[in-house]
Order: sequence, then structure tokens, then C-alpha cells
Amino acid sequence: MDDATINQLLIIVGVLAGLLIVAPGLIWLERRLLALWQDRYGPNRAGPFGLLIVLADTLKLFFKEDWTPPFSDRFVFTLAPGIVVVTVLMSFIVVPFAPGVIVADLNIGILFFMANSSLGAYSIILGGWASNNKYSLLGSMRGAAQMISYEVFMGLSMMGVVLLSGSFSMHTIVEAQKGMWFVIPQFLGFVTFFIAGIAETHRLPFDIPEAESELIAGFHSEYSGMKFGIFFVGEYLGIILISTVTVALYFGGWLGPSFLPPLVWFILKTFGFICFFILLRASLPRPRYDQLMEYGWKILLPLTLLNLVVTAGVVLLNRGI
Amino acid sequence: MFSILQSLWLVFLHMFHKRETVQYPEQKNKLPTRWRGRIVLTRDPDMGERCVGCYLCAAACPVDCISLQATEDENGRRYPEFFRINFSRCIFCGYCEEACPTYAIQLIPDFEMGEYNRQNLVYEKSELLIDGPGKYPGYNYYKVAGLAIGGKGKGEAENEAPPIDVKSLIP
Repeated sequence: MDDATINQLLIIVGVLAGLLIVAPGLIWLERRLLALWQDRYGPNRAGPFGLLIVLADTLKLFFKEDWTPPFSDRFVFTLAPGIVVVTVLMSFIVVPFAPGVIVADLNIGILFFMANSSLGAYSIILGGWASNNKYSLLGSMRGAAQMISYEVFMGLSMMGVVLLSGSFSMHTIVEAQKGMWFVIPQFLGFVTFFIAGIAETHRLPFDIPEAESELIAGFHSEYSGMKFGIFFVGEYLGIILISTVTVALYFGGWLGPSFLPPLVWFILKTFGFICFFILLRASLPRPRYDQLMEYGWKILLPLTLLNLVVTAGVVLLNRGI
Repeated sequence: MFSILQSLWLVFLHMFHKRETVQYPEQKNKLPTRWRGRIVLTRDPDMGERCVGCYLCAAACPVDCISLQATEDENGRRYPEFFRINFSRCIFCGYCEEACPTYAIQLIPDFEMGEYNRQNLVYEKSELLIDGPGKYPGYNYYKVAGLAIGGKGKGEAENEAPPIDVKSLIP
């Protein structure tokens, strides 16, 4: 094998291993941060700062009874948790972590990301459907409606960035932010994209498919053991994904003052967004289902369209028609 | 919209607040003296058992976790032959303490009674009886009651007048 291939393999393994190690670590981070913002300590007993809680949780999940309800559709029931992890991991293919550190710099990067994150909705729908349980079904129906309606303007909000940089490739988009991060000209786009991203990962305040207080656990009510664990890993991977994509599209990716290496800049910015996700969970209540739909279709969609039209107009003017 | 940002900011500021958690096994809360915890049987200042075996605590107990058998010693003093509290049933309501006419049964601020074996939660008199007066120092039931026992005849209690001979005509 030549050096380029080995390098490529190293990147693939590194990204995969890094993500799968960080995703369970986020459980610890989330619990500690939530505790911090609620004046508590959170898990602080097992190991330094309670870090070993991750290990304990994983072991517990492995030893729990992995029960498949007899009334469920076994094949789909088993398949559903896998889908969310696979699609999210697939999306990471196009995320540029640093110059050259990208699994595949597809020239349709953003579209690829969109496609995969849409496929993630199948995990919710199939999981809820195969559980054959009314709460699960309600959760998955809500999830499907939510993801479809928020995906519409998620795509549209990213188009502003595409217009400015003239490319669908994430690598090129980051390069195009050398002068100014896109968060400044595309602030509206950033806000709408981020809101859509929260809805896409069905995190609080948009955790309507799960909604503990209304639907037990929504689409994964019937899941236990490691299948449930995989849903969770998928959710945390989704948080990382939305954070990385936000950083790459709007916050200049790896760009930053040169006293830190590019990869560190990228990780720092991503970490900031992950913390913001958790802050959102700590502070905001869940909207009602119809309110969620209303925000999506009546407020955010027109806003993104407006943003898109204005951006396109400005780009055209700058070219001097 | 503004309120959402405001609540985000206010929650963020909680980062710099003091944490409210009490790190329990290392750090203990101070419990008020009236806290209803473990049940004890107390003694009067002369180290005699206060319990007179009247069964009022057992009757008051809503979960029937108290069982005892009263008996009498050679002085005519009543005391429980055995006194058993099943703490796996006890709900720490404190009714027994309220019912007790002699302040014998008391609930104290202690709750660390965990056991691996449920049977160990059944406390016998040897575990319940403490060598002290508990919350009522100085109170001695037999010293204020009109009952005659060995060593204390009729009319010898505190604030008690000698008995009147009803058959005598002398005023």
C-alpha cells in the first residue's frame, strides 16, 4: 500500500474510533453539565470526576435483558436502532476536521449530509412502528412529521452558504470562510440551521418524539438493553454531527489563529456547540406539538426563504449582473 | 424570543452558583431534634425502665409493627417482658410516641438503619432500650404517679397528698 492509502485508512479509523469513544463520553459530559447548571454535582463517584460512569453505564446496558416484545415485528425492531447510527456515521464522511483530514471530500458534500440525516428519520419511524405500541407509534409519527418539516428549511438555510461559497463541498466552504466566517453574513441562516439541527437530532427542547412526560419514552419505549443504548449513541452522534456541520458551515471550521493546530480549533468550536446543546436542554421547556409545527412552517420557513432570496440578490449584485 | 434568550442566560449563570448537594456519606445534614427516625425506649433518671407495658403504642401503630408483652417485677412495677419493633414495617409516623403516657418510646434523629438481611430489621428490647432519658430529662413516671409500688407507698409521690382515711370521722 502506498502512503496515501494508509493515510486515508488512518483517517477513517481515527474518525470512527474518535466518534465512538466521544459519543458515550457525552453522556458523562451532559450529566455533569446539566448538574452544573442546576447547582448539583452529577455523577462524581466512579473514577476521577465520575468519568467511569460511562463504563458502568455501558456494562449495565450490556447485562440488561435485551427483550424483544413478542408482539413486535422482530426484524424491523432489531434493524431500527442500527439505522440511526449508520446514517449519522455516514454523514461524518463529508465533515472536514482539518485540512486534508476528511474521509471523502465529496463535491456534493452538503447534499450527502442532508440525504443521510433524512434517512435517520427512518430509524424513528421504523422503531416506533415495529414496537407495535401506541405510545411508540405516536412518538414515531410525531418524529416523522417533525423531521420532515424541519428538514425543508434546514436544506434551504444551508443554501445561503452554498451561494456565498459557490460549492457543495464542505472543504471548499470552509476554505471560502478565510476572510469572514459565514455566521456574519448568514446569521439568519445560522440560526435557522441550528434550530433545524436541534429538531433533526430530536434533542430538547424539540424532543417531541420522545417526550418522557407525555409518551413514556416515545419511539423507543419498548427498547431495552443495548438496543436502547444504540439509540442513545445515535442521538449523541447526532449532536456531534450537527455541531461539527455548524462549525464547518458557519464558524470557519478549522480556521483560527495559528497558535493552535487546525484540528484543535475545530474540536474546540465543536465542543462549544455541544455544550450549547446541553445548555438548551437545561433551560428550555418543550413546546407543544402544534406549536412546533407552527414555528416550523409559519415562521422559520418564510425566514429561510427570505434569507435565501436576499443572499441570492446580494450575490448577484456583487457580480454586477 | 427574548425570554428564551434570557432563560438561556440565566441558566448559564448558574454555572457560578454554589452547588446545593450534600455529599451524603462524607458530609451529613444536621437533623432537627424532632426529626422522626429510629425508635428507642428510654429510662427514667434513676435508670429504671420507663415503659409500663400499657400497649397504647401497639394499639396506636397504624402498621402494627410493635409487639410487646407486659409483666411485673417483685416491686409491682410493670415493664415489658419483650418489646419488639419490626422496622421493615415501621413508617416512622410517630404515633407511638404521641400515645405513650410515660414518654418511654421516642423517635430520635437517626435514619441509618440499612441492613442486608431483612430479618435484622426486627429490633428486640436489647437493641431498643437506651441508657438515658431521651428528650425528657428529669421525668420519672413512678415518682409522679399515684400508683403504689415497692419502695413508694400511697401518697408518697411528688405533689401527692397522703391518702385520706375515708372511714375515720376525724377531720
